[in-house]
Parts: sequence; structure tokens; C-alpha cells
Amino acid sequence: MDILLLLIPLSLVIVGVIAWIMLWAAKNGQFDDLEGPAHSVIMDDDTPPKPNDPAKP
Amino acid sequence: MSTSPGLTAALSFSDCFHCGLPVPDGAHYPIKFEGETRPACCRGCQAVAQTIIDSGQGAYYAHRTALPATPQQAEAELAQLGLYDLPEIQESFVRTEAENIREAALILENIVCAACIWLNERHIAGLPGVLSVEINYATRRARVRWDNGRIQLSAILKAVSDIGYIAHPFDPGRSDDIHKRERNTAIKRLAIAGLGMMQVMMYALPAYTATDMTDDIRLLMRWASLILTIPVVVYSAWPFFIGAWRDFKRRSLGMDVPVALGIGTAFAASVYATFSGHGEVYYDSVAMFVFLLLAGRFLEMNARRRAGAAVEELVKLIPAVTTRLPDWPARDEVQVPVARLAVGDHVLVRPGETLPADGVVIEGDSAVSEAMLTGESLPVSKTVHSQVVGGSLNQASPLVVRVDKLGADTRLASIVRLLDRAQSEKPRIGQLADRAAAWFVGLLLLITVVVGLVWYAIDPSKVLWIVVSILVVTCPCALGLATPAALTTATGRLTRLGLLTTRGHALETLARATDLVFDKTGTLTHGRLSVRRVVPLGGRSEREAGMLAAALEAGSEHPIAKALREVAAPAAIARQIRNTPGRGVEGAIEGRVYRLGAPAFAVARGLPPTPPEPDGGASWVALAEDGELIAWFALADTPRADAPVALAALQKQGLRLHLVSGDAAGAVQAVAQQLGIAEWHAGALPEDKLAYVNALQQQGRIVAMVGDGINDAPVLAGAQVSIAMGEGADVAQAAADMVMLGSRLATLSEGVALARKTRHIIRQNLGWALGYNLIAIPAAALGYVTPWIAGIGMSASSLLVVLNALRLSNFSQPADDGSLKAQDSRLAAQEPSL
Repeated sequence: MDILLLLIPLSLVIVGVIAWIMLWAAKNGQFDDLEGPAHSVIMDDDTPPKPNDPAKP
Repeated sequence: MSTSPGLTAALSFSDCFHCGLPVPDGAHYPIKFEGETRPACCRGCQAVAQTIIDSGQGAYYAHRTALPATPQQAEAELAQLGLYDLPEIQESFVRTEAENIREAALILENIVCAACIWLNERHIAGLPGVLSVEINYATRRARVRWDNGRIQLSAILKAVSDIGYIAHPFDPGRSDDIHKRERNTAIKRLAIAGLGMMQVMMYALPAYTATDMTDDIRLLMRWASLILTIPVVVYSAWPFFIGAWRDFKRRSLGMDVPVALGIGTAFAASVYATFSGHGEVYYDSVAMFVFLLLAGRFLEMNARRRAGAAVEELVKLIPAVTTRLPDWPARDEVQVPVARLAVGDHVLVRPGETLPADGVVIEGDSAVSEAMLTGESLPVSKTVHSQVVGGSLNQASPLVVRVDKLGADTRLASIVRLLDRAQSEKPRIGQLADRAAAWFVGLLLLITVVVGLVWYAIDPSKVLWIVVSILVVTCPCALGLATPAALTTATGRLTRLGLLTTRGHALETLARATDLVFDKTGTLTHGRLSVRRVVPLGGRSEREAGMLAAALEAGSEHPIAKALREVAAPAAIARQIRNTPGRGVEGAIEGRVYRLGAPAFAVARGLPPTPPEPDGGASWVALAEDGELIAWFALADTPRADAPVALAALQKQGLRLHLVSGDAAGAVQAVAQQLGIAEWHAGALPEDKLAYVNALQQQGRIVAMVGDGINDAPVLAGAQVSIAMGEGADVAQAAADMVMLGSRLATLSEGVALARKTRHIIRQNLGWALGYNLIAIPAAALGYVTPWIAGIGMSASSLLVVLNALRLSNFSQPADDGSLKAQDSRLAAQEPSL
């Protein structure tokens, strides 16, 4: 049971870190759009647009 | 590139590449996309699209599945309070009634419940010089009237901030910002409470279940729980304490009082137990209670936002910048903010631009889309002396407009004000719940004290947690949320269905309506001519005749021409078209000369032929080929195509239908018979209509009136609930409780069904909230409810009420044909994501 003496304070630290991350995320607008990112991962914008790409109509 | 053909590929080359609206003739705002030039409808779209593409995000256009709104330019921020007293700043949001009487719309920040509304209303109304104030819960907007000689607007704004709220004169750009900030704070509070709740629960569970835990571990867990609960109470639960303190200062009882008392007592007791080592801790209950309560408020905030958005869309129609012609008729152009325009200014509105204000066309000839204002999808043709409405979109060619009405006087602003007023006038049933809640809280506190005293006599060690249980379990939030949540959601849903609610009681009354009285022209009929019958002669088909007529009338804007063009596509191009006003049109198609018009005009030689038969008020038009009669067209104001289905649906809902019209008996009877309306009255003057409705009311019927004209305004105001057609006169809309945005009659039966469903849900909610409390209070008083069960029970009851109300937001009538949803208004397409 003595391990709890270490684990409980450790859990507090972890919660603190998670809370800090959550607040940071909220502040940086991570929650502003909860739907858009779900679609944006599908968009393959890894191909840079070429000025004269004949393959694209 | 292996992209699937997206929405963009489906756009035709004549539509705006960015927003998909048709590009007006003469608009030249090219966008370069992947080596091609695509059109845009306006500067806004062009700038946005080009920015998207230039920054390498062009893939957006390949992947999007819905079209964006036409972008509006951002307005300049108005920062300091004192600025709001300057007349030129006030112009955009203040209406001057008499010499010194002014009225403004304000947005209120930090509104969380009906009690806040009440508080603000009382506080603002108590200021010397303030004449009246009405606050709308759904949109957090207030309408304030004040005497400018006795109080300045800035003083009112300051008074609001003195009681802990923030008021801004309304300006749609700011509203979004405020919403974003409020939402962000809510998420942060929710996150802290959620994390705290989860971790405290981790410590609490072994404390409840483990048997072999040593005291030092138990103590450590308590301290850990305490550390985690502090931010939950101090940060996440802060709004509840603020609200309770506000109530306390005002000597009133709101929902926040028992909540704050519950959280406060439970937390204080736990801290005491932790330090002293005696008694129980309730950290888990506190954290969970705060989290669930915040979750309920978050959901509610989103529901409110969803409903408010449709109204705000209307305001956003006005552009921020416009082109002024200061030396008209000279062509010097100046770009000015719309707020700086003055009545009498001349503005140049290019195709694709939105009209900044109401006015009169001075120069030019164009088609203007008023779809956003009326739901009428066809562009309306405008020429010199035509009235134009701010917010409508110029589509064809440049117009020079003299500004007649600006800002708060415009038709758009009046529509928004109508809506605001409606939502402010809280329905009776809503006020009932408000008053009940105040009594409920008072009674509850009394019961708590009595129960506390009784338990103190029985077993002093249990007093604390029984008191905490009662305070927590009975939170009257469910009671307070029951009605507003349902009304808010239903109003939002109705707006998306195409029925604007402009007075608060309308939904409630519509649900109880027994009789539906219709006007004829413009309501059940189109209010314009259309071809009712084609009688071809000499072996031709109806279609052939129709095609010839359409070709002859291709260029005309005459009502008859428009009607004939609807019959068929033009057969070929007619040449040498000559119009003879009042008689008809002549033209050559493939070498033959055709004449279309009055019988005597069409058949020039010999006796004019007689029409086949008289037909219920229809007028006949003849088509002749080289002087020989080849077809007859019967033109009449015909019932709307969806009228039979819509009226049948209404009858199925148990409504008695009436038709009361100022028209001649023949025409009215024809329409009534066609639509299966048994009770009809023709030749009715406005006062006859009102008398008819009053007679029905005296029999105890609840009458809903549907009309469109100025002549309907009195009866619309006289009926218990009234619905004006969106295409109808302003006066009619002002007198009505609801306005139909489209011309889809099916909206009516959907509205009735939704109103009934709403009433049903409000009753469910109230019943649930009362029943819950009736069971919970005795159970808690007898000591059967631990604080954490109380927390779950209370939060669950609030959540249930809100979720039950949210069911209305997806309401659709169990329909027997799929056409009902065919034509949602454009407002629906812009429904914002939560």
C-alpha cells in the first residue's frame, strides 16, 4: 500500500498537466470548431497546386 | 491529382465559384484557379476565394460539400462607451421616436438564466429617464427606450455593468465574438470540472469500497481530493456563486441560490472534515454536481445560439461598405461605411452587390433578388422609381439608388425588431413557470430549515448532509428550464421550416387553434396570373401552342407574358416583335406572322371569335397564325400548386377551414370548391373579415388567420394568432404573430404540428420537474439520499428537460409526401455548427 503514497501525489501532478493542456487548447481555439477538423483530415492538400496541371479540369 | 468530382465540379460556369450564387450580368470578378479563370459574384467572394487559393488551400474547392455564405466585410470595432453617445455612431442602432425619445437594441453578455433577465429588466427600468426595457432570453438582446434629455446611452450601459453584466449596442459582428468568448469560457469551466470530477471519483471509490485502508492513505486521498476540488469550486462553479450573490443583493430568489448553497455547504463541510479528521467528505459529489450542471447549461447555451442565429442572419445582410456618388449625377465614386450614409445620398450598387439601405431607384434597370427578405426565389425587376429594400441583392445591372431609409428605419431592421419584440413578450405559460420557481425556492429554503431543525433534535451528526442533500436534490433548474428550452428550440426549428415567430405567444396559441381563416388572393392563390387552360385549335397540341406563345412573349415583363412563359419553353426565336400596349403582341416565327392578345387584335380580319366558354373569372387570350385562330389561353389567378395537399393536411389535423375574401363571389367559390373549403365568404371588406372572425371567437373558437394584404392587417391583429405571407404587405406582417418566409403552404400544417408538439413537450417537462421534486424532497428529508445521489438526480433532471426540448430541433412532420422538405429557405443552409 505504500506505493499509494507516491502514486496519489503523482496522479495530482498528471491531472494538473492535463488541465494545463486543456486550458491551453481552449485558449488556442482548439474547441472553436468541433466539426471542421473531422472533414479536414480527409482533404489531401499534400499535393501543392500546380499552375498548369492538365490532369485537373 | 486524384480528387473525386466535388461540389465545385457541379457548379456551372455561370455561378459564383465561391458561394454558388448566380453571377450577375456585368459583374467581373475573376478568380484564377488551377490555371483557369472562374467567375465570382462580388468583390467579397473574389477576395476570399483568391486568398484561399493563393495560400495553397485551393483543395477546399475540391472537397467542400456545402456552399459557404457570401462573405461580408468586417465592420470597424466600436470600442469605448462614450462613443456610443455620438449621434453619428448611434445612427446605426438607435431609433429616434420623438424629440428626445430613443430606442436601441443591446446585447447582454453573461446572461445565464431567466432570473438574470428579470434582474436586468428591473435594474434598467429603475434608472431615471429609462422609459421601458424588454429583454429577450433567446438572443440575449434588450430593447431599451429612454429619454435622451435625462439619461445618456453610455449611462445605461454603465448601469448594466454595475450589476455584473455587459451590454453592447447591437452590432452583428460583435455578437459572434461575444458568443465565442462565452463558449470558450464555458468549455474551460467544463473541462476543469470534468477532470476534477473524474479524478476525485478515483479517490472516492476506494474510500467507499475498500475495507483494509489505513488511516494515513485515507487522509492522503482526502487531501488530494481537496486540492482537486478547489479549482472546481473556485473556477468552474464561480458563475453559480456570482448569480447567488446577485440574487442576495437584490433580495430575490433565483435558481442559483440553492445551487450555491448546496455547493458551498458540502464543500465547507468536507474541508472541515479534512482538517479536523471528523465526519464525511463530499468532494466527489461537489465535483460531479458542478460538472453536470455546467454540462446542462452548455447544452442550453448551444440551443439558444442555434435559435438566435437565424435572426442574426437577417441583420448580417447589410454590407459594411458601399459606393457613394457624392456629386451625382457626376460619377465620382467614394467608398464609405454604410453607417456614414445619410438620407438623400446617392449610392451606386453594382450587380452582385447588396443594397445597403432602403431607397428609390434613380437610374438603371435591373433584377433584384429579395429572397433573403421574403423567401420569394424569383428576382424582382426594378426600374426608375422602383422601391428597393436594403439587404436585397442586385443581380443584373448597375443601379443608382437614392437612400430613403437607413439603419434602424429600414425594412430589414423593422423585421428584426418585430422578431425581437415577439421573443421578448414571454408567453403566459413561461411567466407562470418563472413565478412558480421563485415561490418554489422560498418554500424549499423553509423546508430545509425545518427539516434541519427536526434532524438536529433527532441526530445532530446527520443534520449537515441531510441539509446538503435537500439543497442539491431539489435544484429547481429543471422547472425553470422546462418552458424556455422548449420554446427556444421550437422557435428556431420553425424559422428553419420557413415560419418566423414574431410574437411570443404565437406558438402556444397556434397549438390550441381550432379554426383557420384564409384570405384568398396572394394567400391561397398566387396573387398573379397564370395559365389555367390551353385550348388548341386546328389539330395543334397544347405544347406547340404554348411554345409559340412563349416565343412571342420572350422579352416582355407583362404579367400575361410571364404567365405564358411558364407554359412551355420558346419554340424558336421570334423576330420583328411589335408590342401594342393594351392589345397584344405580334411577331414572326419561321416566316409566319403570329399575333397574341385580345381576340379582336389577334384575328384582325372578320368578326372576333368568342372564347370557348366562360370559366370562373378567367380571362381569355387568343393566338393567331397569319390571321387564323390557332389557340386559346385561359388566364386566372390560380390556387397555389401545393394548396390542396396543404389544406388536406390541416383538415386532417382537425382544423376547421374558412375562406374569407374581398373578391367576387364567382372567383371565391371556384377556389373554395377546388380546395374543398366548405365555409367561404366573398366580397368581404376589412371590417367584414374582422366581424367574421369576432363572431367565431364569440362561439369560443380559437381562430388563426392567414393573410397577406394591407386589407388583412386588422383581421390579422384581431385573430388570436395570425400568420402573414412573407410576400405580403409590411403592414400585414407587422400585425401578424408569425410570418411565412416562403410561399409553401405546407409550412402551415408543419407549424401547427410543431406547436402542438411543443406544448406537449412543455407539459412533459413541467410534469417531470414537479414529479421529480415531489419524490426527491421527502426522500432527502428522511435521509435516504446521499449528497452524491442528489447530485446525479438533480443534474439528470435538468439534462432530461433540455434534451427533451432539443428533440424539437429535428422535428419534422410525419409526412405522406416527400416534397415537404424540398425547399428549405436559404437560412437553413447557413445553420451554424455548434
